[in-house]
Amino acid sequence: MLKTVIPFGPQHPVLPEPLHLKLTVEDEVITEAIPALGFVHRGLEMLANIRDFKQMTQVVERVCGICSMIHAMCYCQGIEAIMGIEVPRRATFLRTIWSELNRMHSHLLWLGLFADSFGFESLFMQLWKIREKVLDLNEATAGNRIIVSVNVIGGVRRDLAPEQISWMLAELAEVEQEINRLGSTLLTDYTVKKRTAGKGVITKDKAFELGLAGPTLRASGVCQDMRMLGYAAFDQLDFEPVVETGGDCYARSKVRFREVLQSIDLIRQALSRIDQSEIRTKVKGRPQGETVCRVEQPRGELFYYIKADGTKNLERLRIRTPTFANIPALLSILPGMWLSDVPVAVLSIDPCISCTER
Amino acid sequence: MFKKLIQKARVKSPWLLHYDCSSCNGCDIEVLACLTPVYDIERFGIINVGNPMHADLLLVTGTVNYRNRKVLLNLHDQMPDPKLVVAIGSCALSGGIFREAYNVIGGVDKVIPVDVYVPGCPAKPEAIIDGVTLGLNVFTRSKEGRKTHAR
Repeated sequence: MLKTVIPFGPQHPVLPEPLHLKLTVEDEVITEAIPALGFVHRGLEMLANIRDFKQMTQVVERVCGICSMIHAMCYCQGIEAIMGIEVPRRATFLRTIWSELNRMHSHLLWLGLFADSFGFESLFMQLWKIREKVLDLNEATAGNRIIVSVNVIGGVRRDLAPEQISWMLAELAEVEQEINRLGSTLLTDYTVKKRTAGKGVITKDKAFELGLAGPTLRASGVCQDMRMLGYAAFDQLDFEPVVETGGDCYARSKVRFREVLQSIDLIRQALSRIDQSEIRTKVKGRPQGETVCRVEQPRGELFYYIKADGTKNLERLRIRTPTFANIPALLSILPGMWLSDVPVAVLSIDPCISCTER
Repeated sequence: MFKKLIQKARVKSPWLLHYDCSSCNGCDIEVLACLTPVYDIERFGIINVGNPMHADLLLVTGTVNYRNRKVLLNLHDQMPDPKLVVAIGSCALSGGIFREAYNVIGGVDKVIPVDVYVPGCPAKPEAIIDGVTLGLNVFTRSKEGRKTHAR
């Protein structure tokens, strides 16, 4: 059989982002997949030499528009660790709430795109309809739908009013009900299972060996979640990572679906335990020293290395994002798959190319 | 008469192609959100297609960099005339927050002619829909009346 090379991307309807894969195909089966990256590379880390360390909070938010809040939180936590700033208790709770809202909208977005990848368009529309409610919560509390820009070094920019908290609880109950209604379709429907179950299996050992991160890793049965470190207010909430053992595309969608419900639970806990205090401490001086900061993004472990030399610009900023860790998973599951399953497999790791290439 | 019919169809049902240059995803997911039930851009007859040869509208988000410049040019060349280019978000307008980064060329209009500019970081779905409907007037104008742009 003649070998054919089929380009997947950089402009492809299933992904809004320019991921480029060169797929070598024999008959209809993929034998090799080579990624070509760099379409979204902007050179964002080098902006640390141009912008000062406070402005960088806004720049790192634009590493990725989907998980922007968590990027900024990680960066602020890093700078706060270097400068020895104590963040007010209320601010840590507010950060937790917004980061979980961010996770919810990211997972709902992914579940929708995943449904679209196997052609279930009405499910895609329904999931995105629920997502709009989460974005409304974001807009009402933080002021913007996606890039919320609430983090500053030393705390947060906005506070929640008591009436907003009761309104949020009511909205969350509605969101939970709607998600549960769609859950039966997403998790038990025959057509969905036919396209996802048993596709792209990664065993537990293999997942550990490849060094995967986030839901992709937890779907293979490895219990690893950076929220267990207890950053922000996660040490004061009851939290148990979501773990599945299937290791296939179906298990990965199940982990993300359960994490949406878990996020609702975490927000409820945070809203009930939040107390009155300042939301921001004044920052004086400039950072000097280096640190490593790790948080859990919707896609997995996010890693920041910050080195500051006492001037207003940082000396070095290094960002390692979860998709970078998950691309090896994609390359290991693609060979042997049918060409028609490629969109499902690509989406199952939840690729975020703008994170990876920065 | 046939030409008039085609022109009318184009305004009533333009097909859309979306390309993410090097955006942060913020504007991209807002473009996708336009297609969902809450905003429902399909009521203007707009359908998201994957093939540039089927498209009348090109929505570009993000700054152009040295790697994807060729891809953008390629997509623009493959689209049949008359075509409409809508640049979405601060990055697509001028380079935005990334304009000083080493791999960034700048706004989309440095590479291809742009008809409508939609500001915002990220641009709201309402603004995107507004920009697209504004741009549809371009199809009703004669070819000479359109802006020309040296590449």
